[in-house]
Amino acid sequence: MSLIIEIETKNQVLCIRLRGELDHHTAVELKQQAESVLEKQEIKHIVLNLKELTFMDSSGLGVILGRYNQIKKNDGEMVVCAISPSIKRLFDMSGLFKIIKLDISEEYALQRLGVA
Amino acid sequence: MKNKMELAFSALSQNESFARVSVASFIAQLDPTLDELTEIKTVVSEGVTNSIIHGYENDPTGVVYISVVLEDDMIELEIRDEGLGIEDLDEALQPLYTTKPELERSGMGFTIMENFMDEMHVISHKGEGTIIRLKKHLTKTKALCN
Repeated sequence: MSLIIEIETKNQVLCIRLRGELDHHTAVELKQQAESVLEKQEIKHIVLNLKELTFMDSSGLGVILGRYNQIKKNDGEMVVCAISPSIKRLFDMSGLFKIIKLDISEEYALQRLGVA
Repeated sequence: MKNKMELAFSALSQNESFARVSVASFIAQLDPTLDELTEIKTVVSEGVTNSIIHGYENDPTGVVYISVVLEDDMIELEIRDEGLGIEDLDEALQPLYTTKPELERSGMGFTIMENFMDEMHVISHKGEGTIIRLKKHLTKTKALCN
C-alpha cells in the first residue's frame, strides 16, 4: 500500500488529501508535490485532510512540520483535519498541535480560513 | 510455547512497508486489538527507518534484521543493523532530537517506540551498528470464550 496524494488549491489555500500510508518512503513524494505547488503558486495556508490516511509514523510528522515551516514565513496557517485517533496520538506526543490547528473536517478548516 | 520469526532485507525505503506488514501478520495470531497492531506497525516503521537513514545512510547494500518472538501474550521485537551506530545514545533518545534536520526528520522515533511498547533497550556503539530490543504485553481483553 502506498500513498495517494490529491492536491487542490482554493484561493490561497493548498488542500492536500492523503490516502494510504505516510512513511519515510512516501514522505519524499509528498514533499516534492507540495513544494512544487508552493513554489509556483501564491499559497498562504495549508489544509491537510487525513481522513483516508491509514498509517503514519514520525517521518510523516517531519514532512508536515517542514511544510508548516514553509508557510509560516508568510504568516500562513496549517490546519489538519479528519485525523484518526492513532495518528492524533503521534501529533500529541510531538507537541505539534501547539503550532498546527486541528479541525474535524475540511469544510470546517476552510471556513476557519475564510475560503469556504 | 515460543514462536519465532526472522527477517533480513535490504536497507531500502520501499521495504519499510513490507517490514511492518510482515511483523503485523505474524503477530495477528495472538489476536491483538487494532490499536495494538497499529502501535507495533508504527514501532517497526520507526526502527527500520532509523536503520536505513541513520545506520546505513541510505546505502542499499546494508541489511536490516528483524526478529519477533511470541510467547503467551508477550511480544519481543528486535530490530538490528550493522551500520554506523549511534555516537551519543542519551542525546539520540531525547524527544525532538535529530542529527538530520535537513532531511526533515522529526526526532520522534525513539520517543514513539518507547511510548508504544512496554520496554525498550537500545544497544549501539559507533561503527558497530545498533540493536533495538522492545517488549510489549498484549492486553487480555479477548472475552470470546468467557
